[in-house]
Amino acid sequence: MKRRVSPTLLIGGALVIIVVATALISVVWTPSDPAHVEVPSRFKPPGTAGYLLGTDQLGRDEFSRIMAGARNTLLVGIVTVVIAMGVGVPLGGVAALRRGVLEDVTMRISDVLLAFPAVLLALMFAAVFNPSTITAMSAIGIALVPVFARVVRGAGLQILQQDYVTVTHTYGASGVWIFIRHLLPNVSPVLIVQATVAFAIAILAEAALSYLGLGTPPPTPSWGRMLSESQTLLDQAPWLAFWPGASIALAVLGFNLLGDGLRELLDPKLIERLPAQG
Amino acid sequence: MESVLRVENLTVSVGRVEVVHHIGFTLGARQRTGLIGESGSGKTLTALAIMGLLNEGLSATGQVIYRGTNLLELTDGEMCGLRGDRLAMIFQEPMTALNPVMKIGDQVAEPLTLHRGLRGKAAHAAALDALARVHLPDPLEKMRQYPHQLSGGQRQRAMIAMATACSPELLIADEPTTALDVTVQAQILDLLVELVEQEGSSLLLITHDLPVVATVCERVLVLYGGHIVEEGDVDEVFSRPRHPYTRALLDAIPPLDEELPDRKLKAIAGSVPGLGEFPPGCPFRNRCPRADDVCVVMPPLADGVACWHPLA
Amino acid sequence: MTLVFDVDHVSRRYLLPRTRMFGPRRTLSAVDDVTFQLHREETLGVVGESGSGKTTLMKLLLGLEKPDTGKITYSGNSLRREVQVVFQDPASALDPRMRVGDIILEPLRVLRIGGDHAARLAELMDAVGLPLAYARRYPHEFSGGQRQRIAIARALAPRPDVLIGDEPVSALDVSVRAQILNLLEDLRVGFQLTLILVSHDLSIVRHMTDRVLVMQHGRVVEEGPTRDVFRAPQHAYTRLLLESIPRLRVRGSRVAQVEQKQSRRD
Repeated sequence: MKRRVSPTLLIGGALVIIVVATALISVVWTPSDPAHVEVPSRFKPPGTAGYLLGTDQLGRDEFSRIMAGARNTLLVGIVTVVIAMGVGVPLGGVAALRRGVLEDVTMRISDVLLAFPAVLLALMFAAVFNPSTITAMSAIGIALVPVFARVVRGAGLQILQQDYVTVTHTYGASGVWIFIRHLLPNVSPVLIVQATVAFAIAILAEAALSYLGLGTPPPTPSWGRMLSESQTLLDQAPWLAFWPGASIALAVLGFNLLGDGLRELLDPKLIERLPAQG
Repeated sequence: MESVLRVENLTVSVGRVEVVHHIGFTLGARQRTGLIGESGSGKTLTALAIMGLLNEGLSATGQVIYRGTNLLELTDGEMCGLRGDRLAMIFQEPMTALNPVMKIGDQVAEPLTLHRGLRGKAAHAAALDALARVHLPDPLEKMRQYPHQLSGGQRQRAMIAMATACSPELLIADEPTTALDVTVQAQILDLLVELVEQEGSSLLLITHDLPVVATVCERVLVLYGGHIVEEGDVDEVFSRPRHPYTRALLDAIPPLDEELPDRKLKAIAGSVPGLGEFPPGCPFRNRCPRADDVCVVMPPLADGVACWHPLA
Repeated sequence: MTLVFDVDHVSRRYLLPRTRMFGPRRTLSAVDDVTFQLHREETLGVVGESGSGKTTLMKLLLGLEKPDTGKITYSGNSLRREVQVVFQDPASALDPRMRVGDIILEPLRVLRIGGDHAARLAELMDAVGLPLAYARRYPHEFSGGQRQRIAIARALAPRPDVLIGDEPVSALDVSVRAQILNLLEDLRVGFQLTLILVSHDLSIVRHMTDRVLVMQHGRVVEEGPTRDVFRAPQHAYTRLLLESIPRLRVRGSRVAQVEQKQSRRD
């Protein structure tokens, strides 16, 4: 099988690996303790000895906080996508398998969810429960359910029309069997791509929520909140806006590119034939 | 007989892989020639090479002589001038060959506008005339409709109308009836014969369906693995085939008028290799019951057959 | 002879999509009042053009759809196990993500048929002329003819009594069709199968079947022993079908007909 590994895939993959590696490394090591407050060392610019990226308004090492923030970012991405897929994929599968009333109901529920921006949902959750990483993740996860439901239903409908599925009906295969054995494996390339895109959306959404104060509360480092806090300090310490902003941008870019690259890689999964003319 | 198209040494390559190998044939005026081939034979690529419609990555060399000019040496602009006017082609799937968002009338008028400079009412009238000539029922009504509103047979007629609107000298039909029901197929084949007779064009009918060639064409070329393995008068070739592949194709058709013992057809082993995957030398040799060592060298086309061990 | 299928005045209608806001939706009779019987070890051909209802009839026989009126009686024990199908398109007949061996054995797993699956797989691949080593490969590695063989092996896995072939060779190269038709005939004899062959290709039906149903617009317009129907068709549509088939031996028949028509017109 000829595969095309494009620059998009490589760059996206590299960025994603950097984010993941940073998050993992930060669990065991950071240059300094991200929570260590040292007020006399506040607002040190980047390049100061011992503070590669400078310090923030409480004297905490920016580099360590960025690294720890990666953890938060990844956590949010993973949990959100797991929630979204965990609900969205079966929903889409049911809609594709059982056409008719059930399908209409599931897709309308999905439409309703689609109408709610993640931020609005997060606001609602925050009003009921206290704002936290968990409320943010749930809100974003639920908001992303329709994306997966649609993708699975769309691809599923096409797959279910194939003769190999019709044949399974003739020997009495159940909907569950078809879903697990035929639908999921054939939908997985599309799902993988969708998951990477959802990851990017989730990161951005969490950053927005934290920026608004609806996401991860202090003292856990969160790129979004760090960005928000840096707003009032722009003339004193502009680098405090730059580092978290750039991290968010690069992470989102990385996942998006990874998604695009995977799509190119996985989509034409048939053998590249010589042009089928004559 | 006057020749409309003379092909000499035509080679078509996909990248650096040769898939049609130095073939040559002549198409005469008012003549109906069948080009028989299965998938991988190179039949469609040959047609596209003649029409100058090969995709990116495909190239053709050799001579395709039309009115003293080698078509392969013309620019795309010059070929555009000829396509739809002097040279025309129709395809297998009318649904994809017709523009789904353009009315039938507009599509049929297109070649007339491009090549005859007709516009407005004149173009409309000429398009209507073209549709009437292909016996499309209710042509006035159909002109205002879109392709999806017509049946398969009607779409094929519309495509033929487009192709013959400017009375081309050469009409290439690539599997024109394969996607159609058998009763409709008969009508479309009749139509092709009628038009070709009327306009005095030359017809090159490309198909894998031997009986279709038998009923429509006077001459036949049998293509396998990018080589012409047999050619000649249709009656001759079909009643006394000399190439084992031609014989195998004929054997594969169950007869309509008798029953075979044990209900068994004479089949050849193996499957048709993909384009570019044929063995060197005679492309048929790994499936041929008569092949031997000498067949690693491609036999020349002599006296209408290219085989070291022809039948008869 | 024992009866396998008894089809009694069966109709199946579809509701067409709405073309106006109010009022009843139009119906299409895909299968319209069809009656016939199929006996054990018979080979039945079903011919028709597009819209004839032959595909719907096949789905009714397979139990994939239920008739709106009339009754289909299957006289075996388990329709799902004993009646199998081979479809036209080798490209979509096999799950591209499954290995060939798993594809062939899937019916046994779904139907929960036990026994030595490995041995059965070997038997089946041998029966269709494919080396056992191919079981580990994926469908895209095979040609159209080989994929049809795999589809046939899958159909045979649960030891069916009835095999329905829906245009089983139409999508294959001409030189490969004969192989597959011969294979079907061998299997029919070897496993004593009852065969239903649905096709638009009359020469194949002529060659392989004992009896034939000719369908048009959902109705059976003619029925009888294949040889008789082809030699002396009774219904006008059957005659039209037979006249339309291009023939190998009669050269220029199209041209002759066209010239006749033209001289009649002038």
